[in-house]
Amino acid sequence: MFRTMSYNIRQAFAQINRNKAMTFTSVLAITAMMLILGLFFVATININLFAEVVKQDFDMVEIYMEDDATENEIKQVGLTYEANEGVAKVEFRSKEDALEIMKNRWGESGYLLDNLGGNPLPNSLIVYVKDSETAKEVAEGAVKLNGVEDVKFYQETVEKLTQTTNFIQLASLIIMIFLVLVSIVVVSNTIKLTVFARAKEIRIMKYIGATNWFVRGPFFVEGIIIGLIAAALSTGLVALIYDNIMSIIGADIIRILSVPIVPIDYLALNLAIIFVALGVGIGSCGSVVSMRRFLDK
Amino acid sequence: MIRFENVTKKYGENIGLDNASIHIQKGDFVFLVGPSGAGKSTFIKLILRELKADEGEIYFDDICVTELSNREVPMLRRKAGIVFQDFRLLEKKTVYENVAFAMEIVHKSKKEIRRQVPQILSLVGISDKAYKYPEELSAGEQQRVAIARAIINNPTVLIADEPTGNLDPATAMEIMDLLNKINMRGTTIVMVTHAKNIVDEMNKRVVAIKDGRIVRDAFGLYGFKEEESFEDTEEEIFYV
Repeated sequence: MFRTMSYNIRQAFAQINRNKAMTFTSVLAITAMMLILGLFFVATININLFAEVVKQDFDMVEIYMEDDATENEIKQVGLTYEANEGVAKVEFRSKEDALEIMKNRWGESGYLLDNLGGNPLPNSLIVYVKDSETAKEVAEGAVKLNGVEDVKFYQETVEKLTQTTNFIQLASLIIMIFLVLVSIVVVSNTIKLTVFARAKEIRIMKYIGATNWFVRGPFFVEGIIIGLIAAALSTGLVALIYDNIMSIIGADIIRILSVPIVPIDYLALNLAIIFVALGVGIGSCGSVVSMRRFLDK
Repeated sequence: MIRFENVTKKYGENIGLDNASIHIQKGDFVFLVGPSGAGKSTFIKLILRELKADEGEIYFDDICVTELSNREVPMLRRKAGIVFQDFRLLEKKTVYENVAFAMEIVHKSKKEIRRQVPQILSLVGISDKAYKYPEELSAGEQQRVAIARAIINNPTVLIADEPTGNLDPATAMEIMDLLNKINMRGTTIVMVTHAKNIVDEMNKRVVAIKDGRIVRDAFGLYGFKEEESFEDTEEEIFYV
């Protein structure tokens, strides 16, 4: 067992060494596929996260009170909805709290808000609802109440967003599957060339009584090594590109837009795991597929 | 040892082997002779299960070759050593490595390889060329390496496909002496050949095949006319 494994590994490295150009082509092809795959993956993850965060607003209706609304009017509005079965809770947010929240969200750039002079934000009531029907009902009813200036709720936006993200998810899934298939074809063709180059050796091995797995072993390991190198390269490249895009956009802008961004460390780790699995899978499948014809006899 | 019982193999309309029965005993030295397309290649391919018989049974030792599964074929082939007309050595490996390679395939330890390879190289008389590459050797020397590789795992049968086909007469006789020596050690030898002079000189069992039929099985002479034996160029036996 151990002897076979060490033989396979030695042979695989010898093969790679002998067919540097071919190995390079395979690595390049898989890396290119995985790079595109990785960028898709990163984009999809961020879009999903963004959609999730936005969706949280779905179960919340913000009722902005007029500046001259009395305390009683505000209380009245609150009471109207607290009694509603579809409402989870009603929360009062003073204009000072609202400004504080905004400052926090802006982070380092929060000082910009200090120069505003006054506080332009209104007092508001946040109504957390249990379902979208209630949200609609609350939103439509609230505008008619005394002291209410405006109502904000995102149902349509969220629905559109859900549709869009669903579409993006499906499209990226299809593209990813397609890319994986293309990689397998590319790798198996590349390995087929190295197999052709060693056809004579393989035939001799078969006549001496080598089992199919003995013949296949080094190619299998070669495929895995190619996959691992490609995985390392593509993880590095995706991380680099992602990091660069983020620094070009700038942390401040991202924060001000209050768009959540998946941190690079978290992504890189997950990407590495996915790429290693994928690379090893593509490499080994490619080698097994490409050898089938040679091992029939 | 090797037994064919009413074996028939057809390639579409053409007959490869027609109702052939033969028994090769352990320790035999058998020449397989006949014109090209007579069925000699088919005979060898059937023994090694490169082809499956359409009818009849083939036994190799106690193994029923005709009933072997594909997975079991390597084990069958390990019982036979094979020598080709064109040697089929691996050019990028030295003489030593070419022989050691056959042992690696059957998972022999490095220690065993280090012990046995020099012994076999000495037996075939090529110890001094152990670290040369095949292209640095003469044809006769290359065939010796091929024979060393074929017998390193102690096969019960050595199948030689025109082993002297690429050699001059003197070298051919040296190779025949070597095969004789191997046969004396107890290894059964089945040799396909067109070389009338060798067959006549060796005075061994001669199985003549023509049109897929075994037409003669006797000790002694080649049995075909000279022109019949040399008119053909045998196609490569082991490539389908």
